[in-house]
Amino acid sequence: MAVMREGDIRIPSGCAIAAVISKEGNKMSGQAIMESMKPMHDRSNGLGGGFAGYGIYPEYKDYYALHLFFDCRATRKECEAFLKERFEVVKGELIPTRKIPEITDEPIIWRYFVAPLRSVLADLQLDEKEFVARTVMKINTEMNGAYVFSSGKNMGTFKAVGFPEDVGRFYMLDEYEGYCWTAHGRYPTNTPGWWGGAHPFTLLDYSVVHNGEISSYDANRRFIEMFGYKCNLQTDTEVITYILDYLLRVQGLTLTEAANVIAAPFWSTIEGKTDEYEKKKLQYLRTVFPSLLVTGPFSIVLGFDGGLMALNDRLKLRSMVVGEKDDKVYIASEEAAIRVMEPDVTNIWAPAGGEPVIVTVKEGAY
Amino acid sequence: MKVDVTKLGYREVNEKLRECGSECTLTGCLGQRFIAAGMADREITIEGTPGNALGAYLNGADINVCGNAQDAVGDTMNAGRIVVHGNIGDAAGYAMRGGKIFVQGNAGYRAGIHMKAYKEKVPVMVIGGSCGSFLGEYQAGGVIVVLGLTKPGDPERKIVGNFPCTGMHGGKLYLRSNGEGIAFPWQVTAKPAEEEDLAQIREYVKEYCELFGCDEAEVMNAPFTVVTPDSRNPYKQLYVAN
Repeated sequence: MAVMREGDIRIPSGCAIAAVISKEGNKMSGQAIMESMKPMHDRSNGLGGGFAGYGIYPEYKDYYALHLFFDCRATRKECEAFLKERFEVVKGELIPTRKIPEITDEPIIWRYFVAPLRSVLADLQLDEKEFVARTVMKINTEMNGAYVFSSGKNMGTFKAVGFPEDVGRFYMLDEYEGYCWTAHGRYPTNTPGWWGGAHPFTLLDYSVVHNGEISSYDANRRFIEMFGYKCNLQTDTEVITYILDYLLRVQGLTLTEAANVIAAPFWSTIEGKTDEYEKKKLQYLRTVFPSLLVTGPFSIVLGFDGGLMALNDRLKLRSMVVGEKDDKVYIASEEAAIRVMEPDVTNIWAPAGGEPVIVTVKEGAY
Repeated sequence: MKVDVTKLGYREVNEKLRECGSECTLTGCLGQRFIAAGMADREITIEGTPGNALGAYLNGADINVCGNAQDAVGDTMNAGRIVVHGNIGDAAGYAMRGGKIFVQGNAGYRAGIHMKAYKEKVPVMVIGGSCGSFLGEYQAGGVIVVLGLTKPGDPERKIVGNFPCTGMHGGKLYLRSNGEGIAFPWQVTAKPAEEEDLAQIREYVKEYCELFGCDEAEVMNAPFTVVTPDSRNPYKQLYVAN
C-alpha cells in the first residue's frame, strides 16, 4: 500500500496556532500547549494537528533526531539501510503512541538519533546541516512510502490527521518536557489531509506552524526549488519553511531581515521611513529577494534552536495575539488560547502586520 | 441570573442565554464564538474572554464585556449595544448596519470595515484608545470615532496605523487628533472638525464617558479630524474607464 500523498485534489480555510516559550529555558510538559488548542477547536476540522517541542531530547542533544512515517515494514528496512550508509545511528525506535479512538489509520512511526558519518561528509565536502537537509529532501522525494517529518537536534515534531488535542494525547506529549512548544490545528483548504501534510513543517531545527493561505505559493516555489529544495506536498507552509531555511541558514540573514523579505513593507511605507539606513536596507531586501515576498494571509510561528519568531502577513489578514507572564511568552491565534495556558497573563497585545515578534532563550539555558 | 459556561460549546452557551430571560451574566467564558448571535431584548454581561463574532447579527440586545474581546465583534449587527471594558481584536463592527459598539481600549486592524447605513439605521463605533491599520476600510455609512486616549504608563502609539479609510465611500470618521503624520487616500477629505461636525458625535462621546468614567469636557477639548469621502463615486475609473 502506497502512502497517500497530497496534491492531486484541491479542496477549497481557518487554522489555529499557539506557542509558548520560557526565556529562562525552564522546561514545561506538553500538557499546557495541548490544552491551549481546546478553545480553538472550531478553527480546525479534524484533518490535521501537530506540535513541535524544543529541548525534549537532552540525552541525545548532539544527534539529529529524525522522525519518520513509513507505509510498511519493507520500506522501513530499506530506509534504515539507506540511513546506515550515511549516518551513525545511535538509536532507532518506535515513537511511543497511545491507542485512542480519535486517531486511526496511523502509518509506522519511528525516530532515529543519528550523526552524519565523517567520511561521507569529507567525501561530499558538505557541512553537516546541508548534508542532513539534502538527505531529508532525498528521502522525501525519492523514497516512496517514507517521509521524514522532523530532522533537528534536541527537538521534535509530532503530527497526525485528527484534532490537535487528540494528536497530542496520541503522541503522549504530556510525558515530554521542553523549553518551547508550538502547536497547530489544521483546516486544510487546498489539499486532502494527510499525516505528512499536518503542521509543523520542519527542516533541521526550523519548524513552522501556519494559519492562512498564501497566494504567492507558485512564485515562491519556483524560486526556492532553484536552490535544491523540493516542494513535495503542494502546501504553502512547506514553501515558507524552505524559504526561512534558505534566508536564515544559507544566506545568513537575521530573523528581522528574513521577516522583512517575506512580509516586506509596502514601497509607500518604505518611502515614508525617516531612518535612511533602515530605508536603504528595506529597499535592498525587496530588490534582492522579490520572489520570496509571501503574499496573502498568514500568521506563522517559526521555532528554532533556542527561540521562536511570530509573524503576520503585512496586511494582517490573520489574527495573532501575544502575552507574557514571568519568564514565559505566549502566542496564539486567539486570546482565549493564551488564557488557558496562563489565566493571569499580562501585557496582551496584537503585533502589527509584518512586525516580527522574536523571543530567544537566555544563552546557555537550552 | 448567573450562568457558569466553563467548557460549554457555543451552541450550549446561546441556549443558556435564551433560557435565561431578560438579564444574564455569563461567567467562565473562554473563546466561545457567536455569543448572543441575533439576540434582542436582553442584557448580557460576560466575565472572561468571549470568542470571535461576539454579538454577530445582534438585533437589540445589550452586551457588556468585563475584559477583552476577540475578532469580529458585532459582525453584521443590526441593533443593540456592545460595550467592551478592554481591547478588541481585528475587524470589529464588520459590515454593521445599526446599533453601537463602545470599546474602552484599543482596536486591532480593520475596525469598522464596511460599516453601512440605511435611512434611520446609523451604526456607531467609539474606540477609546487607538486602532490598527485599515481603520474604516470600505466604510459605506455610519459613524466611527477614535479617541486616542492613553493611560499613564501606556507605550507611545499612533492613534491609527497605516492606510485608514481605504475605499471609504460613505459615512463619517472622527479622529481625536490634528491628523498630522496620517496618510489618507486621495479619495477622501480629511479636515479639522468644526462645531457642527462635533455636534454630531457629542452624544456618543458623552455615552462613552459615562460608561467608562471619564470627563466629557476634557475629552472633547482637543482637536478632532473628520474624514468623509470626496463625492458620491470617488472610485470611478479606479478599475475600468467608465
